[in-house]
Amino acid sequence: MIHTFEMFDKYIALDVNSGCVHELDKLSYDVLNFLDVKGLDPEDDEALFKTIGEFKREYDSEDIAEVIEDLAELKRNDMLWAEDDFEYNDDLKKNAPVKAMCLHISHDCNLRCKYCFADEGQYHSGCRELMSAETGKRAMDYLVRNSGSRRNLEVDFFGGEPLMNFEAVKEIVSYARELERQYDKVFRFTITTNGILLDDDKLEFINREMGNIVLSIDGRKEVNDRVRCRADGTGSYDSIVPIFQKTAQSRGQDNYYVRGTFTRYNLDFSKDVLHLADLGFKQISVEPVVSGEETDYSLREEDLPRIFDEYETLVREYVARKKEGRGFNFFHFMIDLDEGPCIIKRVSGCGCGCEYIAVAPNGDVYPCHQFVGSEEYKMGSIYDECELDRDLRNKFAACNIYSKPDCRDCFAKFFCSGGCVANACLINGSINKPHKLSCEMMRKRVECSLYAKAALAE
Amino acid sequence: MKRIKTLNSASLKKSACKGGCGECQTSCQSACKTSCTVANQKCENEDR
Ligand code: SF4
Ligand code: SF4
Repeated sequence: MIHTFEMFDKYIALDVNSGCVHELDKLSYDVLNFLDVKGLDPEDDEALFKTIGEFKREYDSEDIAEVIEDLAELKRNDMLWAEDDFEYNDDLKKNAPVKAMCLHISHDCNLRCKYCFADEGQYHSGCRELMSAETGKRAMDYLVRNSGSRRNLEVDFFGGEPLMNFEAVKEIVSYARELERQYDKVFRFTITTNGILLDDDKLEFINREMGNIVLSIDGRKEVNDRVRCRADGTGSYDSIVPIFQKTAQSRGQDNYYVRGTFTRYNLDFSKDVLHLADLGFKQISVEPVVSGEETDYSLREEDLPRIFDEYETLVREYVARKKEGRGFNFFHFMIDLDEGPCIIKRVSGCGCGCEYIAVAPNGDVYPCHQFVGSEEYKMGSIYDECELDRDLRNKFAACNIYSKPDCRDCFAKFFCSGGCVANACLINGSINKPHKLSCEMMRKRVECSLYAKAALAE
Repeated sequence: MKRIKTLNSASLKKSACKGGCGECQTSCQSACKTSCTVANQKCENEDR
């Protein structure tokens, strides 16, 4: 499978199954597209003959012949039209141990962000609840016990707002450090925060113990404060920016990121990304809002052309700033073309419900944080001796890009690995039916990142 | 090749041989969390 596209001055081809990315000139781009559409093999004489027939008015026959020879060589080297022979990787997750856990340390929040998928921290439970340190420790035991031979374990402190229960966070971390020594494991902690309660003491602890910290901020003040506000309606921007800047600096501008959400209210979100860059942040992620039901901030299909333009505007500036030596990382444009994850990982995706689970404040286990509170998806409890719901586990384990018809034919599949399973379940009602709008944006971002690679390789 | 510049090697097939150790980070694809393209992740395989 080959995907070709033009962006600004570049003609790019992605050979999906080998992962090779080629930058072409106009002639080779036209010829490649022609051969691909017609299903012609560049090694056959017929291909040469037909291509010359097609393009003789535009291009010189010798040049065409040369291009076809080059394409044939790439094909022989499995760098174009490579076969997809990865489907054997199908039931990889079947007996996979648990290696990552999202710990819902606080189902309470001190903000009332309008788009919160977590129901402002309550996860549709109707109550605000903090996880006890005891439950957190039992969750650590559970993780170690179910992690088999995996050494690196991840734990994400999530909410609600995790800093509202920071004493428990500290106790759980120190308990996990003991387990590390006992069982020869390595815990990698992350924490996500809205910043309201972040101060020097907490930062010192976080910098010492946590591999990553996610700082929630949406961008420009008016954009942020419109949706990220307190119960009394005041915005969070002014109180969080200084401490976020300090956090970024204290971590050497690495192993953190500021993450925002864009909605229909700020379709000009490239300005928000650049605003965050102008505030001095080097690690930035700004994501499209996903909402089940239609609201006035939800993104709609008709917004896509605008969103695509915005991604292009952003990638152009992203490249320009990198070239000027004042670059920043935008999460969605970062792709490692040489040393990225292995194909097995790319096929299997997020691993929710098998490699990755979420634990609610009361110890109940769900496939991931997005399912928390949904009775239908409850898999068990860390307090039960018995195993997690086998049917649910198998259902999630069997989910990969080959189980989804849309993904099979999608050029982005080895970059995306099948999208968010929770969105598929909760919005489309089927684990194997990815959320279409998210797919469109994912594909656009993959194109932008490949463009950035080509532009920065000059 | 003067008209075609290839930016990387055909790494996907190679990765099938030594891959699958599972030591890499999980990668949530959802917008509410870390949402990354899997492809920006680091491989943690020690014998790759
Ligand atoms: S973009 Fe959509 S169709 Fe393509 S691989 Fe991702 S989830 Fe599947
Ligand atoms: S199902 Fe979606 S939200 Fe859950 S871990 Fe996977 S990508 Fe993330």
